[in-house]
Amino acid sequence: MSSVKDWAAPTPISENRGGLIGKGVDRYEGRLKVTGSAPFAYEVEAPSPPAYGVLIASPIAKGTVTLADISEARVAPGVLLVWTPHNVPAQGERGAKINPRSQRGSNPALAERIEHFGQHVGFVVADTLENAKAAAALVRFDYAAEPADLIFEDNLDAADQPEGEEDVRVGDFEAAFAGAPVRLDETYVSPLQNHAQMEPCATTAWWDGDNVTVHTSIQMVKGGQHTLAETLMIPSTQVRLVTRYIGGGFGGKGQAYDDLTLAALAARELGQPVKVAYTRQQMFQATIHRPAVHMRVRLGAQADGRLDAFALEAVTHCRRETPFTEHAANFARSLYAAPNRLTGHRLVKLDIPAAGPMRAPGEASGMLSLECAMDELAEQLGLDPIELRLRNEPETDPETGKPFSTRQLVRCMTEGAQRFGWDRRHPKPGQVRDGRWLVGLGMAAAIRGNFLLPAKAGVRIDADGTITLRQGMTDIGTGTYTILAQITAETLGVPLAQVKVELGDSDFPPAPGSGGQFGAATAGSAAFAAGMNLRTALAELATGDPNSPLYGDDPELVTFGGGHIAVDNRAEPLDRLVARAAPDGIYVEGSITPAADARDYSQHTYGAHFAEVGVDPDTGEVRLRRMFGVFAAGRILNAKTAMSQITGGMIWGVGTALHEYNAVDPRYGSFIAQDLAGYHVPAHADIADLSAMFLDEVDDKANPMGIKGVGELGIAGAGAAIANAVYNACGARIRQYPLTPEKVLAALP
Amino acid sequence: MKAFTYERPGDVATALALVAEIPGARFLAGGTNLVDLMKLRIEQPTHLVDVSRLPLAEIEDTPEGGLRLGAMTTNSQVAADARVRARYPALAQAILSGASGQLRNKATTAGNLLQRTRCPYFYDTSKPCNKRAPGAGCAAIGGISSNTAIFGASDACIATHPSDMAVALTALDAKVETQSGAGEARVLALEGFHRLPGDTPHVETELRPAEMITAVVLPPPPPGGQIYRKARERASYAFAIGSVAVAGGRVALGAVAHKPWRAEAAELALEQGASPAEAMDAELRAARPDGHNDYKLKLMARLGAACLTTTGAGDGQ
Ligand SMILES: Cc1cc2nc3c(=O)[nH]c(=O)nc-3n(C[C@H](O)[C@H](O)[C@H](O)COP(=O)(O)OP(=O)(O)OC[C@H]3O[C@@H](n4cnc5c(N)ncnc54)[C@H](O)[C@@H]3O)c2cc1C
Ligand code: SF4
Repeated sequence: MSSVKDWAAPTPISENRGGLIGKGVDRYEGRLKVTGSAPFAYEVEAPSPPAYGVLIASPIAKGTVTLADISEARVAPGVLLVWTPHNVPAQGERGAKINPRSQRGSNPALAERIEHFGQHVGFVVADTLENAKAAAALVRFDYAAEPADLIFEDNLDAADQPEGEEDVRVGDFEAAFAGAPVRLDETYVSPLQNHAQMEPCATTAWWDGDNVTVHTSIQMVKGGQHTLAETLMIPSTQVRLVTRYIGGGFGGKGQAYDDLTLAALAARELGQPVKVAYTRQQMFQATIHRPAVHMRVRLGAQADGRLDAFALEAVTHCRRETPFTEHAANFARSLYAAPNRLTGHRLVKLDIPAAGPMRAPGEASGMLSLECAMDELAEQLGLDPIELRLRNEPETDPETGKPFSTRQLVRCMTEGAQRFGWDRRHPKPGQVRDGRWLVGLGMAAAIRGNFLLPAKAGVRIDADGTITLRQGMTDIGTGTYTILAQITAETLGVPLAQVKVELGDSDFPPAPGSGGQFGAATAGSAAFAAGMNLRTALAELATGDPNSPLYGDDPELVTFGGGHIAVDNRAEPLDRLVARAAPDGIYVEGSITPAADARDYSQHTYGAHFAEVGVDPDTGEVRLRRMFGVFAAGRILNAKTAMSQITGGMIWGVGTALHEYNAVDPRYGSFIAQDLAGYHVPAHADIADLSAMFLDEVDDKANPMGIKGVGELGIAGAGAAIANAVYNACGARIRQYPLTPEKVLAALP
Repeated sequence: MKAFTYERPGDVATALALVAEIPGARFLAGGTNLVDLMKLRIEQPTHLVDVSRLPLAEIEDTPEGGLRLGAMTTNSQVAADARVRARYPALAQAILSGASGQLRNKATTAGNLLQRTRCPYFYDTSKPCNKRAPGAGCAAIGGISSNTAIFGASDACIATHPSDMAVALTALDAKVETQSGAGEARVLALEGFHRLPGDTPHVETELRPAEMITAVVLPPPPPGGQIYRKARERASYAFAIGSVAVAGGRVALGAVAHKPWRAEAAELALEQGASPAEAMDAELRAARPDGHNDYKLKLMARLGAACLTTTGAGDGQ
């Protein structure tokens, strides 16, 4: 295992001679996607004509299936198979090999016990999708329903400490808070959200003897492969899982769902390929969601604004059988200085669909509380909100005392304030009008952890000079294909067009997948390591080949650039070398593991959001007028894809503040919004003028390339900046997100 | 979706005859509502008679100085028409505030009037709904939907009509022209076209089975200002949570009832010299919020008063 010192040495990436690192090159697969020629899992052509599966959902939240009558459906036109809890094939227990935090999908599929509304109780396969749907309507079920706990707010008293977790305390919070001259004690509520990916969960499966191939929409290749193997009770080597293109994941496709299980089981049963996709409604009811969080923030400050006491206590919910904690307080452990600290989580177990990770789990919800509380405290103290944050800027991690690897939060705030025109903010709310609109400005800080996980990658060079990178990584629409091509091309000193990237296949060297904004750093570092190993192999090949102009040179002195391998002025093109000396090509692998001492540093990405909103005093409608963010997230690999990620995150933050939520019906346990007409994410008209910039940064404690994640940072804090701007515009402080017209209107005088 | 057959007759008479003769047959216009509902099995026609390409897509001047909008004019076409924009700005504003550009390109004048409610329990077929299955009960009552009616709701149904266009047309005193099987033609005032739910919420309009809308006729624009304003949960592509149309002295409210709501009490108050705020108060006195939709009182009071102030309705009386 390496140490972070090794990572600081110059590399082809830091030298960036080809200029590919950071360049805003277009998406590798962009053309395929916009022309509709990128096959998503459901569209993958099967080796023989497929059958089509349709899922049937439970209308009750808790209880048992007592009767499943398939007699009519079984004989309906085109029907090949009808499964219910009473005849579905046996499935293996899951859990041995998989991460219990994020990989545990419902298992077994079509269980007799109902644990939430929308759980699948029936499955019909027919020759056409239409026949399958028609037959699905003919299956009759009876249920023995049981009382269920459905509403979070009604069950707050039942909140418990999550298993294996303890509150984190530093100093004596209670005493310090009691003695603080200025105090704030408020509760903020973040909304339950659904991932609402464009592409639903979908699988195309077929068998070849004892081996199954599945094309499915999943963020984690290995996790999905092992899960399916366990379910089918076969070795993982008999499962090939492929996921080339994913139409949005956001954490919601970290695990396998019933489409994967049942497509594979049915394809085995029928000896024919089977396709299964979730409906839009099933995407809401039968996957995971971001749970709502009640967050109590207590701040105790000196009159000059320095915090003595800080507490964030988060209560959230999960499905009874699937423990998951939305760690909404974790981010705050590294954000502001305060000698006396308390952070912790409590969990309410409900009989609704499973809670799980969604883009920036923890931060996305958590920062909605503290970043408003800081705004409220600043007003109490008569300080500018940025000044309050500056006065509480820690020198080392405030909880652990570890040094920061890099921390440019202050610069993000000051630079952002200047570019945004923060000085135009009127400190008193409700003072600025533009026509009928009340106008206000708000800001918030952003922080999101940075992670590196173990990963591998394989790279080969062929006789024609083509370099192919292969990795069991996924691209969930974020640009992974593209940045891996850039890293590989830069490492080997070849033009981008000479590099091919192949992802999303369990036959490829494993990478953990997309999530937790660790994808680029993890997959990229492994690709870089593989590229470096290929350089070594090529250098040895050239210097050992009597026909090479480099013959006899020291392999250590070999350089790569412009598609050539060279020592001093002796050079030859890579394709000529490989064609002559290794006509079958060369394949090497590389891997990355976190450095032994990487965790000696407090490692995060940072940012600051600035927002201007208008509030319509007639209707309570809030409209974003302008938003700007400044971020520090390590070395940027691709200016374009990074910008898309960061502004996409900010837009999600706008949606979280203003539009996006779901609610559970207290009688049925179903979500009230079940389609995209009712579940509102921002439309184009909601995002008028929104932009961002990155500060220059290299974090050499993060990984050998000095990069960090950008996928989740943009959402962290964004919603709080909007809520603060709403307060500044109209004086309505709403602590329950989203700030819908209904709530704003109620708060307006 | 349930299996169905489809055909596209070339003339109105054939279309009328087909729908009259074939049990379960329905007219298909832009399909933006009907097809969605078919996919969810909420609507289950046996046969679709596509009327979208019948010669009913003209916008013509009437001898009275109004406009006749053919039933198959698209929402985009009407909103972009220079005459509509100049003389009926409230209608253009209402249409443009609805749905999205793509949908408005397909959606038709007739289809828009006949679009069905967006009550979430109507869409969730696992729930009882008197509109879907008469007599089954109403899951929205006691539920958590807050975009429900404050006027004219019944014990059977508390849903609202979702159309923006119909609210403007009500304020503009439009008429609906129809034809049915034997060629019988009728003219219905839009104001009485949609029904309150009563105990038959599945019967939504005065249209008879197999009767076709052929046109919507606008009278000459009334003297005075016009406006349509819509409150919604995002800047575009969301249904109204409350809307107001004013055309001269006529006022209609949207998203408050099972039909576009003509605000006669407000109109009367204005005539009698009330201020905009007083006029809205007069109207909202009859409102019956249900605990989940109380915000609509404040919303409609303010939005209505703002619209009336902008158009100057009631001024100088
Ligand atoms: C996501 C989404 C958002 C939307 N947002 C809005 C919004 O904000 N505001 C708004 O007002 N609307 C909105 N709409 C609704 C849209 O306006 C309607 O779907 C559209 O107007 C229906 O017109 P159509 O021609 O497609 O009707 P169709 O779907 O073809 O038909 C609707 C009904 O009318 C009947 N019909 C059609 N033509 C005739 C005729 N000539 N005679 C008799 N019966 C006929 C059909 O049988 C059917 O019952 C939205 C729709 C969607 C899908
Ligand atoms: S309000 Fe009307 S549409 Fe909604 S569930 Fe009740 S009966 Fe059905």
